[in-house]
Amino acid sequence: MKSVKYRSLISKLAISSLAFLFFFTLNLSAQGDAANGKKLFNANCAACHKLDKKLIGPGLIESVGKRSNEWLKAWIKDNAAFQKVDADAKEAAEYSPTAMTAFPQLSDQDIDDIIAYVKKPKEVPTAGVSGGAVAIQSSQADNTLVYILGAIMLVMLLMLFNLYRTVNELKGNAPKRLSLSEQADGVWEAFKGNKFLHFLLVIFFLLSTAFFGFGWLSTVGVDKGYQPIQPIEFSHKIHAGDNKIDCQYCHSSAKHSKMSGIPSGNVCMNCHKSIAEVADNTVLGEKGKEYLDKEIQKLYKAVGWDSENLQYTGETMPIEWIRIHNLPDFAYFNHSQHVTVAGIKCQKCHGPVEEMDEVYQYSPLTMEWCIDCHRETEVDMTENGYYKKIHEQLAKKFGVEKVTEAQMGGMECGKCHY
Amino acid sequence: MASNKKYWKSVEELDENSSIVDTLRKNEFVEEIPTDEFLGDKESLENSSTTRRDFLKYVGFSTAAASLAACEGPVIKSIPYVVKPDGIIPGVADFYATTMVDGFDFANVLVKVREGRPIKIEPNKEAHGTTNARVQASVLSLYDSLRLQGPSLKGESISWADANSQIANKLEQVNAAGKTIAFLTSTDASPLTTDLISQLGGAYTDVRHVIYDSVSESAAIDAFEVMYGSRALPSYDFSKANAIVSIGADFLGDWQGGGFDAGYAKGRVPDHGKMSHHTHFEANMSLTGANADIRVKAKPSAQKTLLADLYNAIVNGASAKDANVAKAVKQLKSAGSNAVVVTGIQDKNAQLLALAINKTIGSEVINTSITNNKRQGNDSAVAQLISDMKSGTIGALIINNSNPVYTLASSSEFVEGLGKVDVSVAFSMTNNETVEAVQYALATPHYLESWGLVEMKKGQFSLMQPTIKPLFDTKQFQDCLLQWNGKSETYNDYIKNSFAGMGASKSWSQSLHDGNFIASSSALESSSEGSIDMSAAYSSLSSTKGSELELQLYTKIGLGDGQQANNPWLQELPDPITRTTWDNYVTVSKVDADRLGIKNWNVADGGLNGSIVELTVNGIPVTVPALIQPGQAAGSIGLALGYGRKVGLKPEMQTGKNAYHFYKDFNSSQSDVSINVVAGTHEFACIQLHNTLMGRGDIIKETNLSTYNDHSLDPKHSWNPVPMVSLRHQEVEATSVDLWDEFDSSIGHHFNLSIDLNSCTGCGACVIACQSENNVPVVGKEEMRKSRDMHWLRIDRYYSHEESFSGDDTFKEEAASGYISTMSALEDPSENPQVAFQPVMCQHCNHAPCETVCPVAATSHGRQGQNQMAYNRCVGTRYCANNCPYKVRRFNWFNYAQNDEFDFNMNDDLGRMVLNPDVTVRSRGVMEKCSMCIQKTQASILQAKREGRSVTDDEFETACSSACGTGALVFGDINDKESEITAMVEDTRSYHLLEHVGTRPNVVYQVKVRNTEV
Repeated sequence: MKSVKYRSLISKLAISSLAFLFFFTLNLSAQGDAANGKKLFNANCAACHKLDKKLIGPGLIESVGKRSNEWLKAWIKDNAAFQKVDADAKEAAEYSPTAMTAFPQLSDQDIDDIIAYVKKPKEVPTAGVSGGAVAIQSSQADNTLVYILGAIMLVMLLMLFNLYRTVNELKGNAPKRLSLSEQADGVWEAFKGNKFLHFLLVIFFLLSTAFFGFGWLSTVGVDKGYQPIQPIEFSHKIHAGDNKIDCQYCHSSAKHSKMSGIPSGNVCMNCHKSIAEVADNTVLGEKGKEYLDKEIQKLYKAVGWDSENLQYTGETMPIEWIRIHNLPDFAYFNHSQHVTVAGIKCQKCHGPVEEMDEVYQYSPLTMEWCIDCHRETEVDMTENGYYKKIHEQLAKKFGVEKVTEAQMGGMECGKCHY
Repeated sequence: MASNKKYWKSVEELDENSSIVDTLRKNEFVEEIPTDEFLGDKESLENSSTTRRDFLKYVGFSTAAASLAACEGPVIKSIPYVVKPDGIIPGVADFYATTMVDGFDFANVLVKVREGRPIKIEPNKEAHGTTNARVQASVLSLYDSLRLQGPSLKGESISWADANSQIANKLEQVNAAGKTIAFLTSTDASPLTTDLISQLGGAYTDVRHVIYDSVSESAAIDAFEVMYGSRALPSYDFSKANAIVSIGADFLGDWQGGGFDAGYAKGRVPDHGKMSHHTHFEANMSLTGANADIRVKAKPSAQKTLLADLYNAIVNGASAKDANVAKAVKQLKSAGSNAVVVTGIQDKNAQLLALAINKTIGSEVINTSITNNKRQGNDSAVAQLISDMKSGTIGALIINNSNPVYTLASSSEFVEGLGKVDVSVAFSMTNNETVEAVQYALATPHYLESWGLVEMKKGQFSLMQPTIKPLFDTKQFQDCLLQWNGKSETYNDYIKNSFAGMGASKSWSQSLHDGNFIASSSALESSSEGSIDMSAAYSSLSSTKGSELELQLYTKIGLGDGQQANNPWLQELPDPITRTTWDNYVTVSKVDADRLGIKNWNVADGGLNGSIVELTVNGIPVTVPALIQPGQAAGSIGLALGYGRKVGLKPEMQTGKNAYHFYKDFNSSQSDVSINVVAGTHEFACIQLHNTLMGRGDIIKETNLSTYNDHSLDPKHSWNPVPMVSLRHQEVEATSVDLWDEFDSSIGHHFNLSIDLNSCTGCGACVIACQSENNVPVVGKEEMRKSRDMHWLRIDRYYSHEESFSGDDTFKEEAASGYISTMSALEDPSENPQVAFQPVMCQHCNHAPCETVCPVAATSHGRQGQNQMAYNRCVGTRYCANNCPYKVRRFNWFNYAQNDEFDFNMNDDLGRMVLNPDVTVRSRGVMEKCSMCIQKTQASILQAKREGRSVTDDEFETACSSACGTGALVFGDINDKESEITAMVEDTRSYHLLEHVGTRPNVVYQVKVRNTEV
């Protein structure tokens, strides 16, 4: 339930309300369509400009306030040419050593739209958010109702059974009931005398101890569900889920190497150079925007990014992540074999990471778990040139079309232990 | 019927009245056991507040607490780069071409780098690089924690800026005082270093550059200068040789800088029925002598007269006096210009005669225009320098990568002279004796951290580039030279600028990528002008008088000149001939040993013990252990250089005795020698207890060239017979009988390794390569002595009992005496035995005896032919090792990593950086063995899968096959019918070790063909 969804909801609301407004106030439309302006802003301007803060270029609210619309149009369309004829423009160019890209493709109307978007006061999201929250609550309430109804049904059934018995007893049909202690004494006497039962019980006890003991011992060192607290409250859900960033954008060595690799700080900064804070209303557990913005600051500290002056200070401090998935040294695992060659989705082993705020270990990572998959998985021999010859030989020899990984030798000890 | 027999425990029981009988009935022992005394002071024990019950409570509680605490797993951190370097992908190895130069060894190498750490040295085959054991092991010397870690002045550390400015000031003062500034450097074969030193001549009036080799080839260089006009060594291409006569030249060892083995081995494989013939005259049993077809024992003085005899026969056409020389002459003459004579005698006259012989026969093997720069030392210049130092005319002495205080025989004179020098500076990577003796000790980087340009042969240049950021506060000698020359550029820039003006065959980037380039050399042209008085040289040599006992100094395959003495891999590398580790010793012949009362014997645990002798050479006595060496020329003894260092070495590495004391006048043979046995016993760490083959010709199959060439013979029934076994009372071929079902390995890969006994010289590079690739631990001298070596690959060395191995077979068959006496006679090697080397690693049997006996299925068979070992499954019963007919399994008796008892590289944060992250570090109590480098084959397969193609033949390599410079080890996939290995397996020479056992190994050997007459 993070930033982007809200934002889209908000924007939809905004767009519809604005459209509503425009419908009745046509005379205002000469100033530009803010909705279209937003689209254009995101596509063309957002890489270098923010509305209220400087990024590579100055904050646009400030610029739009300072300059006339005509001046802005001339500047945006071709600032280099405009600098030659306008003194203000020359001065403006000194803002940053990086020259601004020219946008000759934007029409006057487009620029008007963008200006309208910039000038438009920031909406305060109200209805959308509360509506969403209500929806969640009601769905939870639905479940509770089922439980309550179930419980009532159960109580009713018990009452019915009791009533039936009482009626039977009153009718005199029921056998005479021994007192509870009498019953117990009888059972105990019978039990004491029955050696075979003793024997059975002891066997049962031993077997169950062995069974549960072994089961418990097999869980030693299995860290399924391990979810340590990481030094930075990084949410995979926001990144991989909501923003749909590909896993291998950050974990790029998974394609090439045995390790998937934890992205180095500079990879984070590809985006976070221009994303200094989370979207409004982002909530992670009980933590809100104020807390999460500080987490981005932690990244800046680690890579040595001065977010005020937008430059690297050179003072770096690597981030010490807590490792979650950890195979023992004697087991060799290669990501590229599984990701590149076999084309297995990351989620097969790592679970729905795009839904996890804090990542946990989804699979047990036991040898049984590895082997089970190797037993079942069929090797795709059609695409890869390496398997072509082997496939021909197999087809010739056994007349088979498909083989499992285990049949290919994927269960031999030496394939993973050396 | 019950027995009436009565048994007595002791004679006392016969006497019914004995009190002892009564006591024994009540107590176990007659005397009361002094428990209280045993437990110490009775009183204090009683007063102790901790009762037994309390003690047990504490033990129980702490055990429970410890095991509860252990249930929680450790928190493991993963720390990514802040900014990841572009070229690095974590988990993927990068390879860099560079050049190994340490003044003794020179090689074009490829360095495997993982996450910025060099972990393995491979030969750079595209640049014709070969590696020996020391080059392979040099990567560990990078991670030597006792290296010099920064500049220091008289033991106090100072900054580089201070050091440089102080030295520059002092050089000015020395120059003003009119004294000489002298540079003493080892051979680095870099024209740029020489240039930089000579450029200093611009600023200072008297600059002298002396090149000093710890193990000198100065005599050969002097002789070349006389004959060809330039101070250099000729180069040799032994692959062109049909006849080789060597008089004391250990060219498979370190003779003239080494690196001749690849060419030599090429001529040793019978190709179209031809192979080279090699006659060898020597005193010590060397690697080269062991590989020769005819080896003649000759003590150093005899070598000189033999050479004179040979010269007289070839050049003057006289008939040879010596029968062996006459045979050699015959061989040389029949080979025409494809013959060569080489000598290792450190005598200018001897070297002149050898050059003259080669000139007379018009040898194509020797090349006098492409000169060899691996040794450039000048003995007389060194001697002059020392005398000038003593007379006080040297104002400053700057030493680079040289340890004269340890390596000079006249070390005390050098130290005395050093006291009279105003400024003494030593650039050194290691902490050593010279570093301690000088004022400024300046730390230099390892070659893997350095830039360099090397000209090993004239016009053939190699580049050196750093593969890791310098570990310590080090600076290259050349960087400082540039600074003293007043230049601001770095040595890296200087190389690039010089490169631009060299007219190289390739661009800078391409040259750096390949590691080498060709360019015209600035070195002097050699001319064959000038008249030389050869008769004087001849007469001085032919009139050589020997002494009763002569010493021949030599360098070992392991330690070489001793610079890498703190490298435990090299200390533990078994000497290929004596198979002894962690030691140097006097090698004596059996005749001399008997005469002097020197003994060698094996004790109950198998360890070899030997007498200790006092060796006096030129009046200097040293006590050293003595080893009886078959093949040692009577009247000569051998002793290895490079041992006995103390400074900058861990205590375990301070092995042996310093033989440089005896290296008087840089002459490797000394005649003023006496020896006598002193009290005491020395414990050797020798790992081969049995030295002879005992006539078991099926282990090392041999034939001679004429039999091999006889096409009327069926190899399977003549020189490469298949062993026969009895099946249903019928003799059948062992390979036709099978107890087990055949594995189907026809699909996918099936790996085989071929070992050619003809081209294997026994050099041991593969042993170190395997150790480096597979994280094989070092176990130390004590454990080696107990035969608990961990090397996955060993090179067995066998001697013959008779003059030849075929003689052994005949001796065994025709033995007149009984079986036991015949066999015990066969245990003694001959006075001059034939020698055979056989590398043995896990044979990866298709029907492996180890697999069937493992109770926990920790070792199993893979369909790619590898016998796999799962360490985490092994419980250490050692059944497999006992059932292995090849004895190739190794047991971890201890934890060798992070254990203070084994203070080698794995007990050292820096030393552990060399470990291969793809191979498990084995723990105590598990068995291990050669895996056929499954991590390498798997990596090659994965690479092909990722790229969607099939694997090419040359991609499959093991560490040993890749390190083998002679091509003796060939590895590949026999399901690829086009591959080299398939041809080797199907060759008529191929056989399996102990074929009659029926193990069906995946390692094949090639029958050794000797070029000897029947």
